[in-house]
Amino acid sequence: MVPLSYYLLLSSILFACGVAGFLIKRNIITIFMSIELMLNGVNLSFVAFAAHWHRLSGQVFVFFVMVVAAAEAAVGLAIIISVYRTRETLNVDQVNLLKL
Amino acid sequence: MSLHLILFLTFGAVCVAGAVNLLAQRHPINSALSLIAVMGALAGEYLLLGAEFVAAIQLIVYAGAIMVLFVFTIMLLNAGEEERTKGSRVAILLGVPGMLIGGTLVAWVLLRHSGTGSAPVGALLGDPKMIGQLLFHEFLLPFEVTSILILIAIMGAVVLATKPEATEKRKAR
Amino acid sequence: MTPNLNLWLIPILPLAGAALNGLWGRRSSRQAVTTVALVFSGAAFAMALWVAARFSSIPLPYQEFLAHWIRSGTFGADFAFYLDQLSLVMLLVVTGVGFLIHIYSVGYMWDDPSYYRFFAYLNLFMFFMLTLVLANNYLLMFIGWEGVGLASYLLIGFWFTKDSAASAGKKAFIVNRIGDFGFLISLFLLIQHFGSLTFEQVFHSIAPMSPETAGAGVLTAVGLLLMVGACGKSAQIPLYVWLPDAMEGPTPVSALIHAATMVTAGVYMVARSHVIFERAPMALTVVAVIGTLTAFFAATIGMAQTDIKKVLAYSTVSQLGYMFMACGVGAFSAGIFHLMTHAFFKGLLFLAAGSVIHAVGGEQDMRKMGGLRTKIPLTFWTMTAGTLAIAGIPGLAGFFSKDEILWRVYQASWIYWVVGIVTAFLTSFYMFRLWFLTFFGEYRGDADGTAGEHGHAAHHADRRHGHAAIHESPPVMLAPLAILAILSVVGGYVGVPGSLGGGNRFDKFLDPVFRSTTPALNTQHNAPGETNPPEQQTEGTEPQTSHATELVFTGISVAAAVLGFGLAWTFYYRDPQLPERVATDLDGLYDAVVHKYYIDELYGEVFVKPLVEGSTRILWQGVDQNLIDGTVNNSAQAARHVSDETRHMQSGNLRSYAGWIAAGSAAIIAFMIWMGVGQ
Repeated sequence: MVPLSYYLLLSSILFACGVAGFLIKRNIITIFMSIELMLNGVNLSFVAFAAHWHRLSGQVFVFFVMVVAAAEAAVGLAIIISVYRTRETLNVDQVNLLKL
Repeated sequence: MSLHLILFLTFGAVCVAGAVNLLAQRHPINSALSLIAVMGALAGEYLLLGAEFVAAIQLIVYAGAIMVLFVFTIMLLNAGEEERTKGSRVAILLGVPGMLIGGTLVAWVLLRHSGTGSAPVGALLGDPKMIGQLLFHEFLLPFEVTSILILIAIMGAVVLATKPEATEKRKAR
Repeated sequence: MTPNLNLWLIPILPLAGAALNGLWGRRSSRQAVTTVALVFSGAAFAMALWVAARFSSIPLPYQEFLAHWIRSGTFGADFAFYLDQLSLVMLLVVTGVGFLIHIYSVGYMWDDPSYYRFFAYLNLFMFFMLTLVLANNYLLMFIGWEGVGLASYLLIGFWFTKDSAASAGKKAFIVNRIGDFGFLISLFLLIQHFGSLTFEQVFHSIAPMSPETAGAGVLTAVGLLLMVGACGKSAQIPLYVWLPDAMEGPTPVSALIHAATMVTAGVYMVARSHVIFERAPMALTVVAVIGTLTAFFAATIGMAQTDIKKVLAYSTVSQLGYMFMACGVGAFSAGIFHLMTHAFFKGLLFLAAGSVIHAVGGEQDMRKMGGLRTKIPLTFWTMTAGTLAIAGIPGLAGFFSKDEILWRVYQASWIYWVVGIVTAFLTSFYMFRLWFLTFFGEYRGDADGTAGEHGHAAHHADRRHGHAAIHESPPVMLAPLAILAILSVVGGYVGVPGSLGGGNRFDKFLDPVFRSTTPALNTQHNAPGETNPPEQQTEGTEPQTSHATELVFTGISVAAAVLGFGLAWTFYYRDPQLPERVATDLDGLYDAVVHKYYIDELYGEVFVKPLVEGSTRILWQGVDQNLIDGTVNNSAQAARHVSDETRHMQSGNLRSYAGWIAAGSAAIIAFMIWMGVGQ
């Protein structure tokens, strides 16, 4: 028997790693991957709770999360490509034209 | 020490190792590959929880499509290694201990309630038939909306990623 | 059936004239402005005469209701007019003398570029003064009161580009305001205790009250405060300081406002409120004392002045003191009588002084005049009439009125009488001093001395006139002088006292106004030793037993007047060096008198300077700049600083945004956990 809290702990570790990567990394693509990692962590907790409460809607929600993640990945990478075309860099610190 | 626990710990270790590696690696392709490893391990976790449809979807869509997209983009843009700068050194110096402390805190909070619930193996069998039933009954509207969402995403991605010269050539023709 | 006299026309006609001249005068010709001004003020005078003609056929007091004004709970005040003998006297004086001065001003102000403005203001003044005189309640009277103060300010500062004139206007208005404050408080007291300000109602409520012999009480307070107002308006101690400065205004203004009419408003008001004063003996005594002191004080200052208009100004203050002295002993009709004769001869004196000033090309310093007798004879003779009248030479108007006052105050206290006699002596002295200095001796001035020749003058001190030779004034200025001179001579014959064989018709005329409703109080008005039978013909007729005494006193006052003449003759005709020697002998005293006892300087130090200092330091710098501006500016600065700091959040750096988001969400989640959400 694996207690629910173990799954939650794992989920939070993954989420925390995702946040850390998002804050630390300078490469846009790596930042994006950290976002995906965060989403995965959340997915795990959804499924764990679904199992805990015997409700299938948790898994259905994971399904939707994945759909959204896919759409977001597609559009996001397209943006990254067009930014790369204009700025010639993948360093997020140099995409700062909105600086006040 | 049941098999369930051993398997959970194994998959969990791979997840965590992959996540940490994603942070540690300097080249984005290495990070991408570790992310794929994470996703694979997560699929295993889902199976342990009895969510077979979700596990399959995870491998097919997430690891198989999205991550491939990432890898293609990395290769297209020829992203290089990140440099070691003063900022990143500071980040490691501060961030790693910080993360460890935060993580310990969360772990302690969560594990205090370890007796509250359990998730036995295959407790909830999420076979495709059941999922399909839910999708097309209670969650019909979100389902349809997501299909539109995907359509928009496709169009947006195409518009954003098209090379400008290609558009002009088409116009001039 | 009470006929409708349409009294309201009398104030409104000058107002219409003021509006016409004020609004369109600038673009109109001088003739048009003149016509408007004279027609409207003349019409007011004509109406006043018409009212006087019908006076005997209307029941008195006559009240005319024009419109509702204030209706607030139980308190009400209306636009309504009140006519009785007192108002009729004031009405005739104001419109008559006012009209004459309008005529005079046509000549005097002809060359002034703001000709139309002068007449607009003058008509405006007439409107307010007539409102004051005809009002049937204190509030409407107060409007007239304030309005004449305003007109006075406008007219004193008529040549406002001149600093001294503008300051004088301000001084007049501000000092007046102090008096008005007292007036207002008394009105509040009246409302509080009697619930109304209408004369009829107030006096009716007060009538059954007995005199406040303890010297304290509502009526005493009201009386004292009314006196404060009168001191401000009628230039008595301590608020007289504005009147000498008011001589900055054109001479017709000085004549009309600061001699004949506005300054007498205080006397009128005290006389009108006699019902209150009779029941507040202490207030009445204060009135008398102030009047006496002022009369003497001002006369001493007038002795040493060198500006012809300033001498007349102090003389006005002094004569007003006489009027208040009379009112203060209960001889209200004597006070009003002197008011009337004073309007005649003081108006005359001012107008004649204006004629003199006009003749010598703007010079006002008497030391630079002299020998004008032969050069401007008509002015000389009219001014002589005025001087004789004010000095109290028998036969002229001033003699009768001044004597009446002196006789009545003697019956209250011999101290008043002594001061009055001394003041009469001083009056005679300084007036004849003026007379000698101006018209006799050698001409000491700069204007061309040859009459009839229009040669070039070396000195153009004149700002109003282009001529250089000493010349007589035009007929339009001389005619009013002549009329006023005649009035100064014969105007007193309406009040010839019983001791000299007359019936004192003036006193009898005003008797119904001043007869108190309480018989016991009537003993104040009578000579001592006399009872008051109901069918007694008048309060003022002296009994036969005192006639001899009165004649003696009359003789004494005549002697004082002659003595003054003699002294002036000695000093300024026979031995012109004498004044110099006396001045140097009396060095310190003379200095004090010439500098008006340094009262202005004293007021400046004690009142004005602390006020201005306090206002500058505390109100302006402290409150306005530091507090109010500071608050506004500092809050703006604070907003700017805060935004200066927070703008660093907008770094354009994606990762810092991400950091902020992470930090924010962590905070929210922590807060939610702490609040126990989902517990």
